[in-house]
Amino acid sequence: MALERSDVEKIAHLARLGLNDADIPQTTATLNNILGLIDAMQAVDTTGIEPLAHPLEATQRLRADRVTESNHRDAYQAIAPAVENGLYLVPKVIE
Amino acid sequence: MDMQQLTLAEIARALAAKQFSAAELAQTLLARIKALDPQLNSFISLTDELALSQAKAADARRAAGESGALLGAPIGHKDLFCSKDVLTSCGSKILSGFKAPYDATVVEKLAAAGTVTLGKLNMDEFAMGSANESSHYGAVKNPWDLSRVPGGSSGGSAAAVAARLIPAATGTDTGGSIRQPAALTNLTGLKPTYGRVSRWGMIAYASSLDQGGPLARTAEDCALLLQAMAGFDAKDSTCVDQPLDDYLAALSQPLNGLRIGLPKEYFGAGLDARIADKVMAVVETLKKLGASVKDISLPNMQHAIPAYYVIAPAEASSNLSRFDGVRFGYRCENPVNLEDLYKRSRGEGFGAEVKRRIMVGTYALSAGYYDAYYLKAQKIRRLIKNDFVAAFNDVDVILGPTTPNLAWKLGEKNNDPVAQYLEDIYTITANLAGIPGLSMPAGFVDGLPVGVQLLAPYFQEGRLLNVAHQYQQVTDWHQQTPKGF
Repeated sequence: MALERSDVEKIAHLARLGLNDADIPQTTATLNNILGLIDAMQAVDTTGIEPLAHPLEATQRLRADRVTESNHRDAYQAIAPAVENGLYLVPKVIE
Repeated sequence: MDMQQLTLAEIARALAAKQFSAAELAQTLLARIKALDPQLNSFISLTDELALSQAKAADARRAAGESGALLGAPIGHKDLFCSKDVLTSCGSKILSGFKAPYDATVVEKLAAAGTVTLGKLNMDEFAMGSANESSHYGAVKNPWDLSRVPGGSSGGSAAAVAARLIPAATGTDTGGSIRQPAALTNLTGLKPTYGRVSRWGMIAYASSLDQGGPLARTAEDCALLLQAMAGFDAKDSTCVDQPLDDYLAALSQPLNGLRIGLPKEYFGAGLDARIADKVMAVVETLKKLGASVKDISLPNMQHAIPAYYVIAPAEASSNLSRFDGVRFGYRCENPVNLEDLYKRSRGEGFGAEVKRRIMVGTYALSAGYYDAYYLKAQKIRRLIKNDFVAAFNDVDVILGPTTPNLAWKLGEKNNDPVAQYLEDIYTITANLAGIPGLSMPAGFVDGLPVGVQLLAPYFQEGRLLNVAHQYQQVTDWHQQTPKGF
């Protein structure tokens, strides 16, 4: 199933990616080429094969529930685009 | 003395013999970078002040009686390792002005070993590419032919080391991003076992595949760097808690009895016949050193590229959601609302290839497609791992070409992402399976370097370095220097 322009617009919205209108036809064509490459996968028989997420089958390690991190807020906010009184600034969401 | 021609091992001996100081070496190489790098564009940032303070500290430690192999060794870091208070760009506009608030574990460990950081190296944006042409900071040129690509995504690391601007560098390898540029620039590059080197502070592309490692001119230098980079780190939940081997000691093992597997799938259609000849010449040399050779098969190799181009973009689409214009990096001008802020910051901040992969990944993970794409790819991933596990019952290492083609012309494959993806055919299986892989120099075709790849079972980095080191004792491909550098 080939992607249409509207599919690409939906995917871009899900990924919160602003695309230039003029780029959408080329993007659609390229994505369809890539999906064509990927679709070769569907011919592989994987009946009874378990998916592999970590090559060494590692599971999440647990640690003791105690404080290990100190407060770095000032350092982290020093590199933010816009902050005020220790808060990150974004356009108003609620009127 | 031509300081730039020295390997890390030779630098350690020269520093111990007081032939020059670490500070003199750093200054000499910084001057060389400033003079020559405009031709290559291999550095994004130079860290002069940090380098000189680290060099002076190394000289002081040496004067106080310390003798570490990397004490005073100049290196560069791929610009996706976070370096405290230094621009860490990942080759992307979206990280404009991002001075990392902390050091990556790899950066911290190498600094503790006494290395001197001369700068941060250019790369494909977010490590997505095989040509180093997708960087916001411009393409990197191959020192062997300035009209050609150095490979990617660790292309800046490779070009800088190949041009003798620095003796060694860090890189990362998600689908071949250490081994492929090493092959195209006549270097030795190692991708360790997944989990061997901490990913903490390494900006994530595809978390289940990413692994940091060294690029250098010799296997011996890669051993020195790996020894310092590798090891358990509680801050990386996928890092493996297993003792480190003595990689330097492993180098000197004789190759008598070594069993080499040659997978027939690595020598099929698509491989440049001149590269195949060079690979077989390496096999003959290794036989003379005592190795035996067996034909093997990795039947699922052909499915690796489709599986990789689902898994890597899917993980990337999730990892790169953190770049939203709010907490760090690039923010668009005058956003009208929060959604506009996200969309325009990301749309303007990411380059074309990164956007493509985010969209492929978003699609593959979207409702209704997860089983057909991500889960299917993970099943193929197990088939690929099973192929390797079966093959390593009969052989100690697997050998083949690192790349199907020589370094290509700048711009040649820019308009066809799929053509560029196919260049990764021989390297991505090691990432999917998580096994270690190494590329080493194997000669030249038309003046361009050819690389041979060695693959080994989990945690046998020492074996890979051993085979490469023994090969480098009886050949001099790795000592060839590009003209003009």
